[in-house]
Amino acid sequence: MSLGSILLYGVLGLVVVISGIGLITSRNAIYGALFLVLNFMTVALLYIALGAPFIALAQVTVYAGSIMVLFLFVIMLLGAEQLPIAEPIRGQRILAILLFIAFLTEMTLFVLLRGSPTVAGAPVSPDFSTPATMGMLLFEQYLLPFEMTAGVLLAATVGAVFLTRTPRPDRQGAMTTVQTSSKE
Amino acid sequence: MSLFEIAGVHPFFQLVPLVVFLPVLGLLINLLVGKRLGEKGIGAIASLATAGAFAVAVLLAVALAQVSEGATLTLANWMTVGDFGVNWSFRIDTLSVLMMLVVSGVGLLIHIYSIGYMHSDVRHNGDPGRFRRFFVYLNLFIAFMMVLVSSDNFLMLFVGWEGVGLCSYLLIGFWFEKGADGTANAKAAKKAFVVNRIGDFGLLIALFLLFHNFGTLNFTEIFEKAPAIAAAAPGAIMAITLFMLLGVTGKSAQLPLFVWLPDAMAGPTPVSALIHAATMVTAGVYLVARSQALYVEVPAAQNVVMWVGAATAFFAATIAVGQNDIKKVLAYSTISQLGFMVTAVGMGATVAGMFHLTTHAFFKALLFLGAGSVILGVEHGHAHANLHAEHGHDSFDPQDMRGMGGLRKRMPLTFIVYLLGALALAGIAPLAGFFSKDEILVAANQKSIAIYVLLTAAAFLTAFYMGRQLLMVFFGKPRSAASEKASESPLLVTLPLVVLALLSVFGGALNLPGSHILETWLEHTLEGVAPGHFVLTVALISLGIALLGLFLAWLVYGRKPLFENDQPDPLRKPLNGLFVALENKWWVDELYNTIIVKPYSAVARFSAGVIDQGIIDGLVNGMGSLVGSLARTWQRYQTGYVRSYALTIVVGVVLVITYLVLR
Amino acid sequence: MPMSYYIGLSIIMFSMGILGVLLRRNPLIVFMSLELMFNSANLLFVAFSAYHHVLDGQLFVFFVMTTAAAEVAVGLALIVAIFKSKRTIDLDQMSSLKG
Repeated sequence: MSLGSILLYGVLGLVVVISGIGLITSRNAIYGALFLVLNFMTVALLYIALGAPFIALAQVTVYAGSIMVLFLFVIMLLGAEQLPIAEPIRGQRILAILLFIAFLTEMTLFVLLRGSPTVAGAPVSPDFSTPATMGMLLFEQYLLPFEMTAGVLLAATVGAVFLTRTPRPDRQGAMTTVQTSSKE
Repeated sequence: MSLFEIAGVHPFFQLVPLVVFLPVLGLLINLLVGKRLGEKGIGAIASLATAGAFAVAVLLAVALAQVSEGATLTLANWMTVGDFGVNWSFRIDTLSVLMMLVVSGVGLLIHIYSIGYMHSDVRHNGDPGRFRRFFVYLNLFIAFMMVLVSSDNFLMLFVGWEGVGLCSYLLIGFWFEKGADGTANAKAAKKAFVVNRIGDFGLLIALFLLFHNFGTLNFTEIFEKAPAIAAAAPGAIMAITLFMLLGVTGKSAQLPLFVWLPDAMAGPTPVSALIHAATMVTAGVYLVARSQALYVEVPAAQNVVMWVGAATAFFAATIAVGQNDIKKVLAYSTISQLGFMVTAVGMGATVAGMFHLTTHAFFKALLFLGAGSVILGVEHGHAHANLHAEHGHDSFDPQDMRGMGGLRKRMPLTFIVYLLGALALAGIAPLAGFFSKDEILVAANQKSIAIYVLLTAAAFLTAFYMGRQLLMVFFGKPRSAASEKASESPLLVTLPLVVLALLSVFGGALNLPGSHILETWLEHTLEGVAPGHFVLTVALISLGIALLGLFLAWLVYGRKPLFENDQPDPLRKPLNGLFVALENKWWVDELYNTIIVKPYSAVARFSAGVIDQGIIDGLVNGMGSLVGSLARTWQRYQTGYVRSYALTIVVGVVLVITYLVLR
Repeated sequence: MPMSYYIGLSIIMFSMGILGVLLRRNPLIVFMSLELMFNSANLLFVAFSAYHHVLDGQLFVFFVMTTAAAEVAVGLALIVAIFKSKRTIDLDQMSSLKG
């Protein structure tokens, strides 16, 4: 563990944490989204360090590239209003922070008591995770989940279109029922 | 035996189910098409049904004269449960046919009487439509009574027993909305039913014990096994007979369950005549007579029956002396005469008891129907008198003897028949009552002097109060406007009275000391009947006592007849406190009210209020409200906020991980 | 790097995601916190995949990503639809299922 690697990983970790904090504390949704993009990028870098270049680039393309863009579209669509600071639900803040601390403590305890955390794995070879090997695995062993995921994506697409369309005035679509019921 | 087999014994025996089914047919016809028949039609159908039953009974009697052992006709099997089997079977023997003749004969005469009587009564009470209902109930009663007397086993007898109790209830409360403050008649009916129930409870226990010890409820089988079981378990037979006695005290109005009969006078007069004088109340006497085989085994039980009967006879006779209502006097007289009958069958003098039952049916029915005629006449007189005066007031009581008097001249036929009935009841020779009562007194004389003295005293009082009643009602001057204008009743009413009067006069021929017709008749059924003899001294003493009673009554009430209706009774001054007690019937009802009714009502109120409403309802409602309050508590967690739900989920996650960490 | 580094990082990211879901009222921020949580899981998958030299972990990340994408699409469509009727995206206003 050379100094350089410690420094590198330390900076990366710090950026991840700070961007996470930035996301959950930003008042402006756009800033939050941008923090999250930074987070994704940094994690992608970590993926590369872990010998998963395909995943890293998939992360950048899918997550940072399309999902965050979707988010930004919607933020701009909805005006990104500034909500008041005061918490209307009693005890929510206290409890949330308590649970956060509890969760953190427990997981740390778990790792320290049960796991063997200090071991490091052997470095992986460059052709450990190539698109070819990933593809082979995908289409041979995990063919069924692959096809189902395709179905899920189709359903999501159709659903998104259906949920947001404006029905024509003369048509009695199910959307009208959804709209009228949500109007109550 | 089945229907076919019994035809071989004697063809008339097949007819026995008709004694029950003809009245049922009559009531069904009246029920379904009665409205279209009119009053005359309804009365005719009901009377024809009863006449049919009487005809069948006569035919059965003729058949029995030839085949004197009788027979049993099994119509159908009612139930068979394991070892227990009971049939709908009719028993044709001399005892049951005697009862059938009495019930249907007197019943027929009362049906005819009722046509005329109820015609007036429904109009006097303002509901002409109820005429049909009366005859339906009467036929129902005849049917049930026939079931009672013709049954071959105790359970079918019990069916008839309960059935006549039901009809009694229905008929006492016939005018259920009338009576003092609108409920008195209904209350009287209820009282009759409830008090009878207490007696029925005793009878039921007796039936249970009978089945437990004998394994059957059939008469023949039980009476055959009786000596064996008595030797094996005498306590059982004693218990059975004593519990049966409880039933008898209920149905036949003996001490201590007689209190319903005077109140039952709230029913129309034909009802009092038929049910509460001639037939239903004799069911208890019939039961003891039928079960002689059981009673003979336990002399101690016989003693109890005897004493109950004798005490009742004397007790009721004393009360009758102080009553002012014409029907109440007759009611207490009935209780007293039933006491005579019960004493007789308790002593084992069954023939004497049945003889008195028959003659009593004749003259008591006659007296009640005569009283009904008197009441009708007085009511007509009241309507007549008040047509000229102002609108009639309700405080006029047509049954109060103090407002009567001098009716001898206004209702001559009624007077003659009533006189005959009263003399028969008092025991004046050679009328029917003399012979029957004399037989009982002879038997009592042989059995126990104390009983004999008690019964003789009761006979003396009987003569006295009947004399009192005769003098107050028919002699002297009319004491109210109503009596002045009273009129004789129509033929339909007086004709049955004449027939009954003839029977009262000549009915003694049934068992005259020389011929003993009834005794030989009943010998075939009742084993071990002690032959009755005629003891001259006893007869003369009883005749003398009766004449003494009448003379005393004339002394008190006849020489200086009462001339005003609110004049105090002449006996009040000499007897003073005693007379008050007699007038208030020894406060028996009030006693029962305090000892039994009030605590029971308190318990009922407690159970209803504290236990039922408080505890049980509270428990059930409490569980409901508990669920409600629990729901409302948990409802607070349904805040509708997504974030609190998310919080709950995270709490769960943390808890699960805690568990995994600590495991 | 030792595994504890990746595990620790993952834990911290996950907890921050929980905080974001519980504390923020803007549903978009909530969704983004959810993505943060997904990411932490992915990181762990990849780390263990490298540790054990088994490729299946990375494949799973693949699936997670696609499913997350689908879910985001539908979720954002829902938020848009709700905004059309309620004119606000405050999560605390969506409490008509209050019992």
